[in-house]
Amino acid sequence: MHELPVTESILKITLRHAETHNATKVTDIYLVLGQWSTIIDDSIQFHWDILSENTIAVGATLHFERIPVELFCLDCANTYTPTDEELICPRCESTRIKVSKGDEFNIDSIEIEN
Amino acid sequence: MTKKIPVVEKILGANETLAEKNRALLDEHGVYAINLMASPGAGKTSLIEQTLPKLAERYRIAVIDGDIATSIDADRAAEAGADVAVQVNTGGNCHLDAVMLQKGMEEIDFSEIDLLLVENVGNLVCPANFVLGTHKSVLVASVPEGDDKPYKYPGMYRGVDALIINKVDLLPYIPFKMDYFRKGVEVLNAELVTFSISCATSEGVDEWVNWIVAEVEANKK
Repeated sequence: MHELPVTESILKITLRHAETHNATKVTDIYLVLGQWSTIIDDSIQFHWDILSENTIAVGATLHFERIPVELFCLDCANTYTPTDEELICPRCESTRIKVSKGDEFNIDSIEIEN
Repeated sequence: MTKKIPVVEKILGANETLAEKNRALLDEHGVYAINLMASPGAGKTSLIEQTLPKLAERYRIAVIDGDIATSIDADRAAEAGADVAVQVNTGGNCHLDAVMLQKGMEEIDFSEIDLLLVENVGNLVCPANFVLGTHKSVLVASVPEGDDKPYKYPGMYRGVDALIINKVDLLPYIPFKMDYFRKGVEVLNAELVTFSISCATSEGVDEWVNWIVAEVEANKK
């Protein structure tokens, strides 16, 4: 169970930025979650609704932008999406790979009223 | 009036900052720390039991054991010869984070310690996302788990410095395609140091122990 600490962290960051902009209310939170870093699912909205009580972010909607994994082959410069059973480059079968997308675990932006 | 303001901040940034503080404290005392991660039953505690007696003459060793409940693992580490064994119960959390490690570290007098082994909560999903501040992260995989684990849990295989394949004595009895397993690992983590061991027969344990010694000594310089 890690939804709670992750949600707490999102709330903390949100309130800090909202305060800097003299917000009276936070209405929306935009999260960017890479496929390989995603350790949370949409159920954190439930945690959010409880944790954000008595804050200006109560009732805010969490939006999830999910980024699929994209790999880059260092040998043939092929960019591809791996399948469940195969991670190697489908063009040249190289194992020399860099992850170009799918690691994100960020708060991108928030929407506030002031 | 509503307006959108940019944040662009890592959700787990606070954990990473605290992990850096843990590392600074370890370095201040010249203590080398390893974070051991694995699924439940892969053999983390057995590995610690195999490792401690071989290093006991050379180093003063502390073990911090993370578990949802009970002190079974810390008791086993103490029994196996740890100079200090601290149990951290995570109260339901499925991983150790930098705050929990800091709490465990508070119970240790690091002026009396050379090496810290951290046994994370048995879990193949989230521990890799929560850095602790240790010098190296090690994943203990085991043959009965199956050869598809790098494909199913890429986050864990990417986030570690060394990989132990435990229970290799069971290879004759279990369909485990080592080539397929290794290929998955190689794609995710080309730099990974790997050890094939069996905690049941002690096969390969010496290579792993020698690696620790080399790491600890290199860190002293």
